[in-house]
Amino acid sequence: MAPLNHILALSVILFGLGAAGFVIRRNIITIFMCIELMLNAVNLAFVGFSRYLGDLSGQIFVFFVIVVAAAEAAVGLAIIIAVERNRQTLAIDEIDSMKM
Amino acid sequence: MLPLFYIFGAVAILAALSVVLQQTPVYSALSLIVVLCSLAVVYLLLGAEFLAVIQVIVYAGAIMVLFVLVIMLLNARRETPADRSRMARWLGFPLLIAFFGQILFATWRHFSGLHATPQMAAGPKSIGELLFRNYALPFELTSVLILVAILGAVILAKKQV
Repeated sequence: MAPLNHILALSVILFGLGAAGFVIRRNIITIFMCIELMLNAVNLAFVGFSRYLGDLSGQIFVFFVIVVAAAEAAVGLAIIIAVERNRQTLAIDEIDSMKM
Repeated sequence: MLPLFYIFGAVAILAALSVVLQQTPVYSALSLIVVLCSLAVVYLLLGAEFLAVIQVIVYAGAIMVLFVLVIMLLNARRETPADRSRMARWLGFPLLIAFFGQILFATWRHFSGLHATPQMAAGPKSIGELLFRNYALPFELTSVLILVAILGAVILAKKQV
């Protein structure tokens, strides 16, 4: 059984990588995938705490996070498709004005 | 059991690095699937069987298929390297590493030496009981959320926005 601080260290490293990717990547889809990476890091922390506190509520939280992530992915990808249709680009450096 | 956690943790970290560093979105998406599957194994080792299965079915199965589909639909190519300012490279990256290193150090120190509670029942039965007894209202609200998300996705992706 891995100690709690090792689980949390894995979670922090994954979250940090997701945050770094969110900052350095230029493709809007890759940025969206980095957000998913951060959500998964948080889920791992929830499962670790749930295991160590002996409380199943943490796993229910992860269940809700996964449901919200699914809804977010559907809406977010629809927005990305709409943006690509209007601007013909996925590079966020070129999508810098809110008006068409 | 213990080495498996470290093996799959290392696989998750390497694949996450690949997600961040790959220039081509399809490679990032495939690396993200590796991260999700190795995290499912970690959940399994932590005694969360239901979540491990949900992770593979919903995350690696449904959400990532949606991502790959959109990447191929939009024909997302290799991204052009951005001309980043020198300050971002020499000040931003060290600050980012210092920030998350600090969080890592603090969590490592603060939560060291904790002992796990004895193995608890975390199968679908106990999860379902808790979900429908204590968390029934949030569960019903998520169904409304998903309905709204479906409608929003359809309306947003229509030809004329």
